[in-house]
Amino acid sequence: MTPSDSSTDMPRRAPLPRLPGWLLMPSLAWLGIFFFIPLLLVLVISFAARGTYGGVEWTFSLANYATLLDPLYLTIFVRSLALALGTTAFCLLLGFPLAYYIARAPLRWQGIWLLLVMIPFWTNFLVRTYAWMFILRTEGLMNTVLMNLGLVASPVEILYTDGAILIGLVYGYLPFMVLPLYAALARLDYSLVEAAWDLYASAWNVFWRVILPLTKPGVIAGCILVFIPSLGAFITPDLLGGARTMMLGNLIQHEYLVVRDWPFGSAISFVLMALVLLGMMVYLEVDRGRGDGRRPSVW
Amino acid sequence: MRGRRVWLLSVSLADLLFLYLPIGVLILFSFNASRLSATWQGFTFQWYRALAADEALMASLQNSLLVASVSTMIATVLGMSAAVSLERFQFRRQQVVEGAMLLPLVMPEVMMGVALMLFFVTIKLPLSLVTVTLGHAAFNLPVVMVMVRARLRKLDPGLEEAARDLGATPWQAFQRVTLPLLMPAMIGAALMAFTISFDDFIVTFFTAGPGSTTLPLRVYSMVRSGVSPVINALSAMLVVMSMALIGLSLLLQRTGSMKN
Amino acid sequence: MLCACQPTPEDVPKNTPKTGADATSRAATTLHYFTWTDYVSEDLLNAFGKANGVKVVVDTFSSNEELLAKLQSGATGYDVTVPSDFMVSIMVKQGLLAELDLAKIPNVGLVEERLQHLPFDPENRYSIPYLWGTVGIGYDSNVIPAEPESWAVLWDPRYKGRISMLNDQRELFGAALRAMGQSANAKDPKIIEQAKAKLVSQKPLVKTYSSDNYDQLLVSGEVALAHGWGGAVARAMVERPSIKYVVPKEGATIWSDCLVVLKTSRNRELAMRFINFLLDRDVAARTTNRLLFASSNREAKPLVLAPLRQNPAVYPPDSTFDRLEWITDVGEAIKLYDRAWTELKLR
Repeated sequence: MTPSDSSTDMPRRAPLPRLPGWLLMPSLAWLGIFFFIPLLLVLVISFAARGTYGGVEWTFSLANYATLLDPLYLTIFVRSLALALGTTAFCLLLGFPLAYYIARAPLRWQGIWLLLVMIPFWTNFLVRTYAWMFILRTEGLMNTVLMNLGLVASPVEILYTDGAILIGLVYGYLPFMVLPLYAALARLDYSLVEAAWDLYASAWNVFWRVILPLTKPGVIAGCILVFIPSLGAFITPDLLGGARTMMLGNLIQHEYLVVRDWPFGSAISFVLMALVLLGMMVYLEVDRGRGDGRRPSVW
Repeated sequence: MRGRRVWLLSVSLADLLFLYLPIGVLILFSFNASRLSATWQGFTFQWYRALAADEALMASLQNSLLVASVSTMIATVLGMSAAVSLERFQFRRQQVVEGAMLLPLVMPEVMMGVALMLFFVTIKLPLSLVTVTLGHAAFNLPVVMVMVRARLRKLDPGLEEAARDLGATPWQAFQRVTLPLLMPAMIGAALMAFTISFDDFIVTFFTAGPGSTTLPLRVYSMVRSGVSPVINALSAMLVVMSMALIGLSLLLQRTGSMKN
Repeated sequence: MLCACQPTPEDVPKNTPKTGADATSRAATTLHYFTWTDYVSEDLLNAFGKANGVKVVVDTFSSNEELLAKLQSGATGYDVTVPSDFMVSIMVKQGLLAELDLAKIPNVGLVEERLQHLPFDPENRYSIPYLWGTVGIGYDSNVIPAEPESWAVLWDPRYKGRISMLNDQRELFGAALRAMGQSANAKDPKIIEQAKAKLVSQKPLVKTYSSDNYDQLLVSGEVALAHGWGGAVARAMVERPSIKYVVPKEGATIWSDCLVVLKTSRNRELAMRFINFLLDRDVAARTTNRLLFASSNREAKPLVLAPLRQNPAVYPPDSTFDRLEWITDVGEAIKLYDRAWTELKLR
């Protein structure tokens, strides 16, 4: 992945021609039919009711959304938000030093570092989650090593807990944090940082008062890119959580494929989608607020 | 100064270790003769042999390859036409269309999965490899579009204009000038889409029907039945394959940008 | 004009290998078999495939609810599936099953006494029992030397984090209900609430809810107690002899998974032939030997390996029968169970 930079874009020399209909129509139609209409269907069904053994009874009511206000479900939302926030925080903690190091590395090494960060991400997600199951189980690698080193007396039971889910999520989304952070840090005017050092600022102050404010858009981009997918995470809580914990993703799957209450599942899906869209709007606002009207830097 | 550099480097290396540890462990232990224990008990290929003998696995592999190939072809054609439309033409409400086309990229997969399932049930289309393919093409379309568009933006439209000045029709100009330059990016995008489709689990989970078990679905049911070295062997192979495909994709993109 | 020498499906005796000419004279068909994850025995399926010149494609599920959900969400290409007893009546009510032509399934006459005329389908109009057994507790006698007599052992704080429970709605609630001295088919909302409360109180002790891999967890020692189906525990016993199986004194469920043909199947003849094949005495015996679940064919039992015949996890001893109960369809009350199940998972 080459460092993104829009300065090599070719300048436009003539006004663009009008679009011939047939060029865009097929792709729009495909997305219309297989993306937007299904989503619309979800919205419509969220107002219906469930048949005795599953299926849909076509009535109209807000009952499903009202049920979501039940403390039980609000707890699930809060838990998912908390887990997503925790994932984001850890990704930021682990990712910032890494992104900073890469941004300050010699140019030809930067590409290699970025590649190294992305490669694990391109392997199968299930495989990576399974790898953590293998490592974290009671007789897994982690416990074997810890016990052989004498660091613990009996195995650490971390698999099938929230801790394991957190590890899995951080692992899965770390690259999503590193890339936007890197993009922002690469654009940083380092002379400002040097000036701060020259003025005898402490390391903490340099970070908190100089680096962080200047890279805020990148930080926010990274946070959104980690936060949104973690909210909808489904495999990680399922496999690493042992069917004991439920995040929004699991709840949706549970309602659709186990309880078979499609209308209710759709209501939950729609709320999730609303959160996603909210996150997107925040991201776009922040990005636009950079003032130069350039497109989101991640692409 | 030095102290901070060392600290940064160590955290970065620790991060890399964190990223590669699980994969490394899987590959290493796929050669371990012990079935359950995490201690090394000898080098063996037996798990790989067991993989080759697993018929259901081979069938699911076939399904995955089929779905990935077809959905990639559809996504590439559609994604390319979308990229060209957005980059080389203007039309009203361009921003809206752009945003709409990017939406699948941020939508949580579980939502896409359930939405597609509901859709197919409502139109009474039975779940099968066909429905899986339709869904895959949908979420890969934006991927191809974004990647091709990034390349397109860096191409000089003047080249095409020059061709037209010399008498070529717009289509000929596109076909003879832009398309060859775009080819590496297109293939790169296709490889990326192929990998994404091949590895996809969630959307497939909701849209698969009888006999349409793909490889990730099979892996999921294997993983649910417990930890086993056969899964390690399978994972190792999937990792190597993904890395090879993506490496190829990047190489092509780099070649493309160097040519320009 | 139809050639009289063209063999029709009914003429062909079951299990005779086809000659090359016959196999190609019929278009290659596929039989779609949707079954439990632990019911797949590839050699037996291949044997059927070869004998009939067809391909058998298997997909799996791990709970009755998952089966129903898949069928309701449009997976209509399946021919044969294996719902549990109570699910058969639900599927009949939903119009999902094809009526069986018992003339094509002569092996139905060999079904065990106990499994004949079951309340949900006394005439075998839609289903035929295939495998059966009990639900109980698998435990490691190295950790728990004295045989646990009661369900209460699964609520014992001494074993915190070493317990696994079935991830099956009716069975999980069934365990709690029987432990409370109630029927597993309770319909009273108050009783269901109490069962839910009991399960919620148990949750901190439970390591995982699993219907798939609890046998592996027992073998690897990750859990010392597993709520499970007998056959799976029997499999764990093979790998770790210290594992034993018990049906608690308060009682448990007896279950039978039944072979059915789906109404949307396009190969009904073939499907019924497949069912007959699975019920054949030798095939049934081999199935039990391989999968460690008891077959419904009474003539198969003498052919089953002796250790399995005597294993209480596979063939329940007569003494257990008075405390066993069938799970039945609870009608509208299922919504109460669904809600309670979700609430349990959310806590």
